[in-house]
Amino acid sequence: MSEMGAGVDQTHEGKGGELLEVRGLTKIFGTLRACDAIDLSIGKGEIHALLGENGAGKSTLVKMLFGALEPAAGEIFWKGKPVSIQSPGEARRLGIGMVFQHFSLFEALTAAENIMLSLDDKTPILQVAERARELSKAYGLPLDPFAHVGDLSVGERQRIEIIRCLLQKPDLIILDEPTSVLTPQEADRLFVTLETLRDEGKSILYISHRLEEVKRLCDRATVLRHGKVVSHCDPRQETSASLAKMMVGDDVDTVRRTGHADSEGAALLEVKALKRPAANPFAMPLRGISLKVRSGTVMGIAGVAGNGQGELFEALSGEVLQDKADAIRIRDTDAGRLGISGRRLLGASFVPEERLGHGAAPQMRLSENLFLSRHVTDKRALLGMFGTVRVSALAKAASRIVKVMDVRKSGEDPEASALSGGNLQKFIIGRELDRQPAVIVVNQPTWGVDAGAAARIRQALIDLARSGSAVLVISQDLDELFEICDSIAVMHDGRLSAPMPIAEASFERIGLLMGGAEPERTGLPENTETA
Amino acid sequence: MLESVLITIATAATPLLIAAIGELVVERSGVLNLGVEGMMVMGAVTGFGVAITTGSPWLGVFAAILVGAAFALLFGFLTLSLVTNQVATGLALTLLGLGVSGMIGEAFIGLPGVKMAPLVIPVLSDLPVVGRFLFAQAPLFYISILLVIGVSYFLFNTRAGLTLRSVGDNHDSAHALGIKVIAVRYAAVVFGGACAGLAGGYLSLVYTPQWIENMTAGRGWIALALVVFASWRPWRVLAGAYLFGAVSIGQLHAQVIGVSVPSQFLSALPYLATVAVLVLISRNRRLTMVNTPACLGRPFVPAR
Repeated sequence: MSEMGAGVDQTHEGKGGELLEVRGLTKIFGTLRACDAIDLSIGKGEIHALLGENGAGKSTLVKMLFGALEPAAGEIFWKGKPVSIQSPGEARRLGIGMVFQHFSLFEALTAAENIMLSLDDKTPILQVAERARELSKAYGLPLDPFAHVGDLSVGERQRIEIIRCLLQKPDLIILDEPTSVLTPQEADRLFVTLETLRDEGKSILYISHRLEEVKRLCDRATVLRHGKVVSHCDPRQETSASLAKMMVGDDVDTVRRTGHADSEGAALLEVKALKRPAANPFAMPLRGISLKVRSGTVMGIAGVAGNGQGELFEALSGEVLQDKADAIRIRDTDAGRLGISGRRLLGASFVPEERLGHGAAPQMRLSENLFLSRHVTDKRALLGMFGTVRVSALAKAASRIVKVMDVRKSGEDPEASALSGGNLQKFIIGRELDRQPAVIVVNQPTWGVDAGAAARIRQALIDLARSGSAVLVISQDLDELFEICDSIAVMHDGRLSAPMPIAEASFERIGLLMGGAEPERTGLPENTETA
Repeated sequence: MLESVLITIATAATPLLIAAIGELVVERSGVLNLGVEGMMVMGAVTGFGVAITTGSPWLGVFAAILVGAAFALLFGFLTLSLVTNQVATGLALTLLGLGVSGMIGEAFIGLPGVKMAPLVIPVLSDLPVVGRFLFAQAPLFYISILLVIGVSYFLFNTRAGLTLRSVGDNHDSAHALGIKVIAVRYAAVVFGGACAGLAGGYLSLVYTPQWIENMTAGRGWIALALVVFASWRPWRVLAGAYLFGAVSIGQLHAQVIGVSVPSQFLSALPYLATVAVLVLISRNRRLTMVNTPACLGRPFVPAR
């Protein structure tokens, strides 16, 4: 096992010589050294993991390898020769393909058109479609070439990306967090495809922060932290804990689900047969959702992105009103027709998925952002006579939140956009918790947040529930849901399954529901069509 | 009677069609150029000036195209290379065009212009009712129809058209695929400017062969609205232009007949009709959303 910062100890004997070698690659943004003298080598026919937390420099590094960013210093060797990769097109010509984390597909175009755009030769569209179909069959990635991308699920979109990449016959395929949008079963299928590709002699650079899959799939790993390589290692020789320690540089606090969930507590948030038509062609309609969150418990909603979670959040928070007032009840009061402030006055709090622009106004200071969300509920404390803002009270409240949630920032009261993602998320969650809400609905509480901050946020949510509140967490991260929830329901195609007590839930059962399996097959009743 | 009404409708619709089809290409590439009116009026004054100086309406048309393209190039340089705000720059371009054309055109006021002779196609033009409407028009009429056919084919059946649409849909992805986003947009913007210039030339060489200050009279704005009204589809632009043309001509005839409705209201009718159709169309959000270029008006600055 390699120690942190032990430098370069190659544990790998190149199977067929090094395909790609990187020496001292550096990228500087302003004063931040996003990548600092990175060394990396990838052999032929290996799956190489690039591990690191959010902000460790993984994406910056691969963007330089793919020609999307220009390195400030360092050398790249491709098949032994020094190269300078000036553009993604050049990277593709060399034989480097990339499957992006945020898909680089064109929603208004069909799958075949998307694929055609990335091919240099002028193949007619029908032939492209035919080749794509053949490849998709060969690698078990089913695909309809003439479907519009905008109508497809994330899993299907990823297949298009992979097929598009394979059609260019690359020697090296870079996959950026490919499983973050997949169900566990879809991920398994992807792994089989990747292993097939490796056996054919292709190399894969696999970027992830999920340790289990890296241990399972990868031959070698390079761990990044704060833009520096902290270790080259063989992930199969490591434990998840040791890998996590390399990534974070410290032991990560474990979240403790203390105390007992009160399954008989009063239902503080109740949703009955909630329906909502799709607001636009790419949105998901809600097809009758019912749920109850009881005092003292954390309920989780799992699901692959785009199955109606965002729409559900908007309906719960009051950004979109219901026709029937009793479709949503907060603390036994009909809230379906109440706006956001009305629902907040009933003791509810909401944390949306997007931090910047939705959860916080980027160009406003933290204290001002606090005021924006609490000017109605805390009118007395924050407003003076004639509606003037009580600046000192506001500053005091903001610094209280900063202290409680350990928000790290520069300056006394910086703009929201000046904070890192994790710290801003801590502030936003803290802002809502500071009110001691009876009900809180959180969408993707730790998306893109580093492990330390994530642990703190999760613990805070559990503690709030144990103090008697009802907590509803919408998340795509199954590990997170299993860590904090007392029961988990699954959202698929605008429907919600019945909640499963955590003791009965397993990755497999939840995964099947996420993939759209009928509840009967998993031995569960469905409660969504009760209306 | 019907024949002459049809011909006047075509005369009213053609400049709108030419300008709108150009702007459609611009917007499909993700750029919003609100300067259509300015480029059009510059085309009109230049076309008129060159035509009376040289005596050749074709040289006038050519000059109109060039000046429209040059104005668009200026817009492209500002918004694409210097990344200025597209809305503000487009508005400035309109104001600039109106001002400069008024200054240049001072010398031309009251002068008799050169009218482009219609291109009469033998035999076909003798067809009843539609013969003279379809086959005895100014050459620019045929060009406008060819433009619609050409642009439609280009956008939906060629690889270059696919590239252009992809840039308008998601410029970051296009960049990641190695497509030269800025170059594609420059080409689209210049094409749009050339079309706007041509449309202006049509006004001063065919529609009313003379120069009147501000003679575009808001047609550039109508062309912009038409693009949205047509939800970025070329054939719907054609339909929209002719609808607007028909209502404008219809109201003129109604005024002549002496319909007892205030003439101001009748003059406003084409605008009202277009607005009404626009509202109706945008109610169908699926139709609009699927065709709206997702990057419309968003500046592209690649990270390096």
